[in-house]
Order: sequence, then structure tokens, then C-alpha cells
Amino acid sequence: MLAFAEIGHLALFIALICSICQTGLPVFGLAGRYSHSQFLAISRLLQLLATLLVIFSFSALIYSFIVSDFSMALVASHSHSAKPLIYKISGSWGNHEGSLLLWIVILVLFGGLFAATSKHLPDRFSLLTLSVQASVTASFLAFSLFTSSPFERLDIAPLDGRGLNPVLQDIGLALHPPMLYLGYVGLSLAFSMAVAGLIEGNISRQWGQWVRPWALSAWCALTLGIALGSWWAYYELGWGGWWFWDPVENASLMPWLAATALIHSALVVEKRGQLKSWTILLAILAFSLSLVGTFIVRSGLLTSVHSFASDPSRGVFILCILLVATGLPLLLFAWRGPTLSTRSDAGFISRDTALIINNIILVMATAIVLIGTFYPLGLELAVGQRITVGPPYFDATFNPVMAVALIGMAIAPVTMWKSGMLAHARVALIVAAIGAVVAVAIGGGAGVADNAAAMAGLALLGWLGFGVLADMQKRLKFHQPASILARIGKLDGAIWGVWLGHLGMAVFMLGALGDGLGRQEQTIRASAGDVIMLSDRQYRFIEMQQNQGPNYTTRTALLALEELDGTLLGYMRPETRFYPAERQTTTEAAIRPRISGDDYAVLADGDDEIGYSLRLYHKPFVSWIWGGAVIMAIGGLIALSARTTARRTSTNIKQTS
Amino acid sequence: MVDIAATPRRRRLAIIALSGAVLTLALWLVASALRDNIVLFFTPSELTETHKSAKRLRIGGLVEAGSIEISGTKARFVITDETDSVAVAYDGALPDLFRENQGVITEGSFRDQLFVADTVLAKHDENYMPREIADSLKEQGVWQGEEK
Repeated sequence: MLAFAEIGHLALFIALICSICQTGLPVFGLAGRYSHSQFLAISRLLQLLATLLVIFSFSALIYSFIVSDFSMALVASHSHSAKPLIYKISGSWGNHEGSLLLWIVILVLFGGLFAATSKHLPDRFSLLTLSVQASVTASFLAFSLFTSSPFERLDIAPLDGRGLNPVLQDIGLALHPPMLYLGYVGLSLAFSMAVAGLIEGNISRQWGQWVRPWALSAWCALTLGIALGSWWAYYELGWGGWWFWDPVENASLMPWLAATALIHSALVVEKRGQLKSWTILLAILAFSLSLVGTFIVRSGLLTSVHSFASDPSRGVFILCILLVATGLPLLLFAWRGPTLSTRSDAGFISRDTALIINNIILVMATAIVLIGTFYPLGLELAVGQRITVGPPYFDATFNPVMAVALIGMAIAPVTMWKSGMLAHARVALIVAAIGAVVAVAIGGGAGVADNAAAMAGLALLGWLGFGVLADMQKRLKFHQPASILARIGKLDGAIWGVWLGHLGMAVFMLGALGDGLGRQEQTIRASAGDVIMLSDRQYRFIEMQQNQGPNYTTRTALLALEELDGTLLGYMRPETRFYPAERQTTTEAAIRPRISGDDYAVLADGDDEIGYSLRLYHKPFVSWIWGGAVIMAIGGLIALSARTTARRTSTNIKQTS
Repeated sequence: MVDIAATPRRRRLAIIALSGAVLTLALWLVASALRDNIVLFFTPSELTETHKSAKRLRIGGLVEAGSIEISGTKARFVITDETDSVAVAYDGALPDLFRENQGVITEGSFRDQLFVADTVLAKHDENYMPREIADSLKEQGVWQGEEK
């Protein structure tokens, strides 16, 4: 049993050797003499081997956490024998070393998946892509083995572990990092394919078709990963908010924005053979931002609850990986990029132009977030002044730029490739305009007329929601439900990606605006017996309770949520938990989620003498925020399945370059 | 619908002009937002009278022992860095780990010599301290935590 971790460690070493060999293969493989297909077979074999070895190594780590092997440094400092099983498992990636290994697991899984599904691609291209992917894998394996090995042993094993930060002992942590990493690392394949294309110096229209499923699935995972993180912060941190413009959140938003631009521009490559060099650049940028997202933040350079303490040598190593992974491809791009440019024959009013504008805006939004995130760091390094760039900066910059994107999101789907607009575009845009007017009227009626930003937000919401629905109505004819299935069957699956992606954005906005404009909140110090009114309902403070959890004790306030006439709606039990192993306290909000809005109660400081401090909220439509993200991801998945079917049917026309 | 830029050349010009306009707008937004919307951080001894007139600022340090007064949801306490101190007034729920001799960051503005905060952030656990506080405490030699 003891040797299990050592074998896991050894497996990582062998995987590193496999990846290094795999990286070097094309150097010999492209020299002539032997055919590409033989080298490709070796590359695939090495990929498979590395994938299995890394998975084994990760399993060994999880096993050490499950059996609480405190002779391992990582387990001793991040686990505790009294922790529930699920958090012992998720605790294995709740720290720097373990999360790095999880990152590598996903990296090799994607490599393996590409090796298994790339039979229809040209051999030379597959060989190069696998080689680039292996070079990334090798860098991170070396990083893990030489600076952050998860398998370090302690000379003397402690009797029990130091425990996991209680904030992280939550189902949100079990799900959020793997999903987010799936998104970050999924972008590595788009990156590898971009670099492979640059090395070949020839990007065909098919390249767009090859890269899009990978970019799209990464985008879906990233969307869900960010939504999970936001949902977790909402219910676990007890601040009632869902987005704080925290550096870590920004770090995940930047690759998402770049990936959103990428899935749109890859479409232009595929359908029109345009924007090739730009799309390559985006693929490199998106993955670089993923690297920044995962590691610069983790390194402790930026202040955040997410940063794991880290020693400087790690920071230097990761900076080197970042510089090489971004610098070399950009040099290659500077050399090869210009040869890829093509002349466009499209008119100004066309889907081509719409998607170019989409890309410009998304890249600008990315830059705005980047500046806001790193400006404090730069300023402190330069002049030593410590500052905070908070929500006001992002409200003043990010929101107006994204507003332009939202206007376009209703227009672009009704334009045509090359030139002109669809026959029903005029109707769809008139309906969208009516939607904007209706939303503004509702806002005016609800009394937010003097808030210009809110009114603009509502107008955009109405414009986008009605615009997309009008386009759907035109093609699906909801008023003839009998034959609707037949019409759905005839539609290209990709159109669902557009509709649900854009409609999900409208649903998200409804949640964000509902919560932002309609939120009721109250902070009050109360004792048992008090009744607290909040908008159209009241909280009756019944009593304080003490409870015992598996590895914590709680202080719970029992509140009855009632309508103003005393009708009981439900009980709310906000609590604070004390974790003796970690000597820490966490706040658990009580949430009563409904489609029309959440009731949300938090218990803060206090005692029987001075009373307990309670924070109570009513948050209209807040769960639509995450609902919108889920709809977007579903849209992406449908588009993904549509793409793979299309690809299978066209596999017969095998493209060789 | 009339296409205002029918030829490829005119289309390209139109796209360049449009992106130039949007880029200028974005740059202007970023520049003005960075001028107006950043919040400076100080410890009590770093504060000058000029800083005190700022629209918003952050002050961090330790909560002075015996300075906490609570009535209802209103709290008054003193933040100190062992050299100077600032009196703070706050209305709202205090964080779990808000107590004497703990590191906190407050955000708000001055009304005369009283700092009226609308946000109070405390350290998250026994080991974690907002980096701004840890750094300034180290600089002043009153750091009591582990050396990282």
C-alpha cells in the first residue's frame, strides 16, 4: 500500500519520457525515408501510453487521500481522517500539486481523444498536432515532477492531517475545478492544431471544420465551469452576490471571451475560407489566457482566496512555460501568418462582416478585463502604490462594449453569408425593436426610469430576446404545432447552437438585471421572537439551535418565512459552521430558490445578549443567471453533435495536403 | 436594403473605420475608468490629509483591542498599524472572523476624521490574511504570522 504513491510518481516520469519522445517524432518523421503513417502510429501509441500512466498516477493520488495516508506531505497538509469521503476525494485537487495533476490528466485525455478520433485527418497534420500537444504535456509533467510533486513523503507521518479549508469542503469544489479545467485544457487542442497548421504553412477550409468541435466542447465546459463557480460563490460565500470581478473570476472570463470569438471565427474559416490567420491567432491567444488563468492567479501574484501559497521557483517555471507557449507560436505566426491572408469578396452587410465585428468586440472585452486585472499588479511593481480595481471600472468599460455585442447578437443570425440579409430579417429586427420598447416600458413602470444604465440593459434584453424568438418563430412556425417536429428535423443542428447560445445570453441578462435592479436586502440585529419585514414577506425569528455535523459544529438560526398575513412559506436555517480540525468558521446561507426569485438568509456575528446579525435578501430571477449559462452550453452541445454528423458524412472525401 | 459598401475595398475601409471608432471608444472608457474608479489602499500611518479627501479608499490594519462598540447593526472600531490608528464607523453585518487583533480591510470614505466604511473584509481563516495587510505589517515589523 505504501509503495502505491511511489509507483504513481514513477508513472509520471515514464509519461514524461513518452511525451518528450512524442514531441520529437515529427523531426524524424518529416525528414523523408519513412512514411508519416508509421510515425503517426508510434505517436498514437505513445499518447495512449502517457494517457494511461497519468490516469494511473492520479488514481494513486486519490487513493492516498481516500485511505488518509498521512505519510504523504500533500495528504497530511490538505486532508483529515474525519472528513466525509467525497471531500477526501475532491480534496486531492483542492491544492496546488493535486490541481496541477488534474490539469495534466485532462491534457492527456484530450490528446488521447484526438489520437483516437483523428483517423480522417491528414497524417502529417495529425502527427504535428499530437507533437505540439505532447510538448505542452511534457512541460507540465516536468513542472509537476520537478517543482510540485504531489507524491512527496514526510519523514515522520503525523497522527492526523491539517484538514482542508472548510470553504472548499463543498460539492461546488468537487465539480467546479474539473469542469473549468475541461474548458481550459480543451483549448489546448485548438492551440496545438493552430501551431500544427502554422508549421505546415497551409490552412485549408477544413482546418476550421477540424478545430471547431474541440473549441466548441471546450467553450461548453468553460461556460458550465464558470457558471458553477459563480453559483458556488453565491451560495457558499454568503455575500449574496454571484460575480465579484475578482482576479480569479476575470482569469476564467478572459479565455471564455477569447474562446467565444474563436468558435465564431472558425465558422468563417470553415464556411468562407476567410479570417484564417486571425483564427490561428485567437486559438493561440485563448490557450495562453487559459494558462494565465490557471497559474498566474494560483501563484499568489494576485490577491485572491484561490491563491495557494507558492514558492518563487514555481512562479519562474510557469512564467517560462507561458513565455515559450505564447512566444514561439507568435514568432511562427509572424513568419507564416501573412501568407495565409485571403481577399474577401463579401459585401459590407453580410454575416462575414457581422462575425468580424463580433470578434473585434470580444477581443476588446478581453483586453479590458486583462487591463483591469493586471493594472493593480503593474502599478504596485512600478510605483509601489497598492490599489483595487473593482466593479465600477468594469461597469464603466466592459458593459458598454458588450452592449454593442448584444445588439449584434440579434442581427448577425438573420444576415446571409457573402452578402445581404435573410428575407425575414426586416420582420425579425422590427420585432426586436418592439421588444426593446416593451422592456423599457416595463422598466419605466417598475420605477427604474432614472437609471440610464438599467434602462439600456433592459432595452438590450428586450431587443435580443425578441430578436432571437422572432427568428425562431419564422423558421419553426410555433402557431402550427402539428408539423413543428418535421420542421425541426429539417433544420441544420448548428442553427440551434446560434439560437440557444444567444437566447441563453438573454436569459442570463434577465437574471442579472432582475437581481441587480429588483434586489431587496436588509441587515438587522435580531433576537428570537422578532419579526423582520422584507418587501412583501416577513421572517419570524423562532430560535437559535446548536447542531453537530460530521466534522463541524453549527450555530443555526431557525427562521420562518411567511407572507405578510402569516401564511407559512417555509423554514430558513442559515448557519455558521465551526470546523475544529481546521479551526475555521464558515457561513452557510439558507436559500429558498424559486423561478421568480430566491429568498436568501445569512447568519453573521452575535450572541444572545446583543442579538444576532442577520442579512436577508429577496433576489428576483437570480437563478436565471445560471439557467442562461446552461442553455448556452446546451446550444453548444447540440451544435457539436450537428457538426460531428456532418463530418461523418463528409469523411469519404478524405483531404490530403 | 442598400449596401453602403458594395466593393471589397470599400467594405474593408468600412470595417477599419468601424473598428477604429470602437477601439477609440474603448480606450477612452478604459482610461477614464482607471482615472475615476480605482480605490487606493493605505495603512493608517501611510494616510495623509490629501488622501482623506478621496472619493473612496481602502484602509487596512489590525482591529485595536478594546475598541469594538456594537449597537444594533452599527459598529465602531479602531484600525491600527501600531504606529497610527483610524476610527471606523460601519453599518452592516460583520464578517465571521472580525475580532480584536485580527487583520481587516475596510472600504469607504472619510467624514471629517471618521472613516465611514460600507465594506469590511476580514481574513478568511487562521492562516490567511489579505496580502496588502500582511505586506504592510511586515514592512513595519509587527508581522506575527509565519514567515512565508
